[in-house]
Amino acid sequence: MNFADSPQESTFRAKVREWLADTAPGYTVSRGAPEAERLVIARAWQAQKAAAGYARVNWPRDWGGTGGTAIQQVIFTEEEARYGVPSGFFGIGLGMCIPTLMKFADIATQNRFAGPALRGEQIWCQLFSEPGAGSDLAALRTRAVWQDDFWLVNGQKVWTTGAHYSDYGLLLARTNTDVPKHAGLTMFWIDMKTPGVQVRPIHQMSGGSDFNEVYLTDARVPDSQRLGDVGAGWKVSLVTLMNERVEGGKDRGPTTEQILALARSVPQGTATVLDDPAFRQKLAMWYVQAEGLRFTRLRTLTALSRGQTPGPESSIGKLVAASRLQELTGELIECQDQFGLIDDAAYAALGGSLHHDYLYAPGLRIAGGTDEILKNIIAERVLGLPGDIRVDKGVPFKDLPTGP
Amino acid sequence: MDFDYSEEQKQLQQEARRFLLDRCPPSTVRAVLDNSAVSFDRHLWAGMAELGWLGAVIPEVHGGLGLGYVELCAIAEELGRAVAPVPFASTLYFFAEALLQAGSPAQQAQWLPKIARGELIGCFATAEGPGRPSGALTAVVEAGRITGVKIPVTDGDIADVAIVLASAAEAPGLYLVDLGQTSVERTPLSSLDGSRSVAILTFTGARAEPLGEKGAGRRLVDRILQRAAVLLAFEQIGGADRCLQMARDYALQRYVFGRPIGSFQAIKHRLADMYVKNELARSNAYYAAWALDTDAGELPIAAASARLAASDAFDFAAKETIQIYGGMGFTWEADAHLLFRRARQLSLVAGAPAAWAERLVAALSSRPVPLAAEAGA
Repeated sequence: MNFADSPQESTFRAKVREWLADTAPGYTVSRGAPEAERLVIARAWQAQKAAAGYARVNWPRDWGGTGGTAIQQVIFTEEEARYGVPSGFFGIGLGMCIPTLMKFADIATQNRFAGPALRGEQIWCQLFSEPGAGSDLAALRTRAVWQDDFWLVNGQKVWTTGAHYSDYGLLLARTNTDVPKHAGLTMFWIDMKTPGVQVRPIHQMSGGSDFNEVYLTDARVPDSQRLGDVGAGWKVSLVTLMNERVEGGKDRGPTTEQILALARSVPQGTATVLDDPAFRQKLAMWYVQAEGLRFTRLRTLTALSRGQTPGPESSIGKLVAASRLQELTGELIECQDQFGLIDDAAYAALGGSLHHDYLYAPGLRIAGGTDEILKNIIAERVLGLPGDIRVDKGVPFKDLPTGP
Repeated sequence: MDFDYSEEQKQLQQEARRFLLDRCPPSTVRAVLDNSAVSFDRHLWAGMAELGWLGAVIPEVHGGLGLGYVELCAIAEELGRAVAPVPFASTLYFFAEALLQAGSPAQQAQWLPKIARGELIGCFATAEGPGRPSGALTAVVEAGRITGVKIPVTDGDIADVAIVLASAAEAPGLYLVDLGQTSVERTPLSSLDGSRSVAILTFTGARAEPLGEKGAGRRLVDRILQRAAVLLAFEQIGGADRCLQMARDYALQRYVFGRPIGSFQAIKHRLADMYVKNELARSNAYYAAWALDTDAGELPIAAASARLAASDAFDFAAKETIQIYGGMGFTWEADAHLLFRRARQLSLVAGAPAAWAERLVAALSSRPVPLAAEAGA
């Protein structure tokens, strides 16, 4: 057990720090800046990182990485987080879609997409969820029908993160309705400029539009864009989703230092909120949860570096982080008494980001697997408990009931 | 960086688990719990001495094995899992740690070899009643003699020597007191966890030898509690893990409405909640083990975090295991209550979680600059 940098890690950290100090200040952007503005800076920053070998430190050289260790990637991410550089546009592509291509696409396709994704030139999205298929993803109804020399795709996707600025997407579609639902799915990649693909942003309760509806109307997809066998799409999607859980376990919301500073600044009687014993008890548990998640991620990395596969236990990251964010943002707003009503950036604590996180947290408990689904996954795949008794098992998809 | 036990440490842990499965089944715990005249299992204690566990972190020069603290943590986890009815924590985490941290070379040479050989049980006497008063202590040392009452003292009925926090002319200090003196009266009390004993120690002019710097008692107690908290956290995660395993196995065997109760989401989600708390506790505990082993500057924060997470996990796991067992869990015959009792014993023995939350926030809010590694949080 060693939580200190090894000499090699320490050298790497120093090198990264030096590079960031020289480079990062030119690419900072406010979290509240318009998306288009952040995207421009994000692409430029990503290109800088790629040129320096820091875009994905732990990817193999063949993919444009530097063949570094997972720990080095963590070190880079830790150091990068000290700067207000943009993040978030490339995670789905680099963390989920490209790794799926690397496992299921031919070499030419891998070579075509890995570099541009790494350099921030191309952005990917994941066309999985549908209005009638969220937690029960395998119930999706978007059809891909073989027309002698292409697949004809019709249907609707929803909750597609970043579809409005994405160049490509991973598309999970139904190719057979006569077999049970999991067996009739096939995975494709698709160019988002394909005729018949229409993207409509969703206006979220938090005010922003990170997610979209994507309508597919007679969109043609060549068979060369198929990933895995016809009917094997479910297996392919599990690879994508497992990567989502590894990617998705990151912290959000105010840091401990920001929480302390806020609590210190709010008067309570003759003292401050930070002197309130009830508040201190809660603060302690938020800290313990955040640290628990941080070290759990590091334990997962140790498993990786010892050649073990990180399993569904990495599901706990998002499960804990989302509820924690909801509780702590609620408490931090409430501790300000009536002043907590204001989310005007000119007056509000942390420039309004606290209120934004508060309104975003309900979505975080749903996106990428609801709390309930994640608990099922832990119970079934980690603890080995039986699956729910299913009424759709073995039933051809076309015979499944879809409403009362 | 490496965030797990090493292969050797895992091997040690497996050996410990096998030994305790053989020598400390639930019947061993119950033999102590069911008999108010017995406070610990002598046979088990002797076996642990033979294996060298009692001298795990005691330097070789004093007859110990001179292992690292991560090794001791691995053993602690298994003792927690087995709900072992022995004065291991009192003797090693508190008494031996106090000697290692504050003892003179002569004091260390006098007591540590006896601990390593299993010939001495120690205890740590700080409390004088309910709550956490910050005022003066009633136990007072004058001219090398101690007078006053300590209540409760874990293992006070069976210990040979106590380390006592007492007032003196200056600020409070720590004192070594031989409990074999006629001027020491021990009164065993019934305890919430009957597999671990508590007693009242009444001193009426007993000889008391200063331990560590004069007037540094409070500071030393804090330091010893920090170190003990890490080791206790490992006992707690061992116990919490045992609860999860028991509850899971029961949920697979128990059928109602024609199916195992483990197929109902109400039960599955409860078990998943247990798993999550246990993992967060384990991760915090690993960090604290590293901080303890290397005496890192992060120890105060890491120890408090580990204790809070582990207390929360074991408390939750123990009570929800009884719930999942249903009516059976409420019987004396089911083992669930052994863990339920031990969970509370461990969460109080080094001070209640609320006090640790207070320590944690005090440390965080006085931290000059954010730790480098936390910048990304």
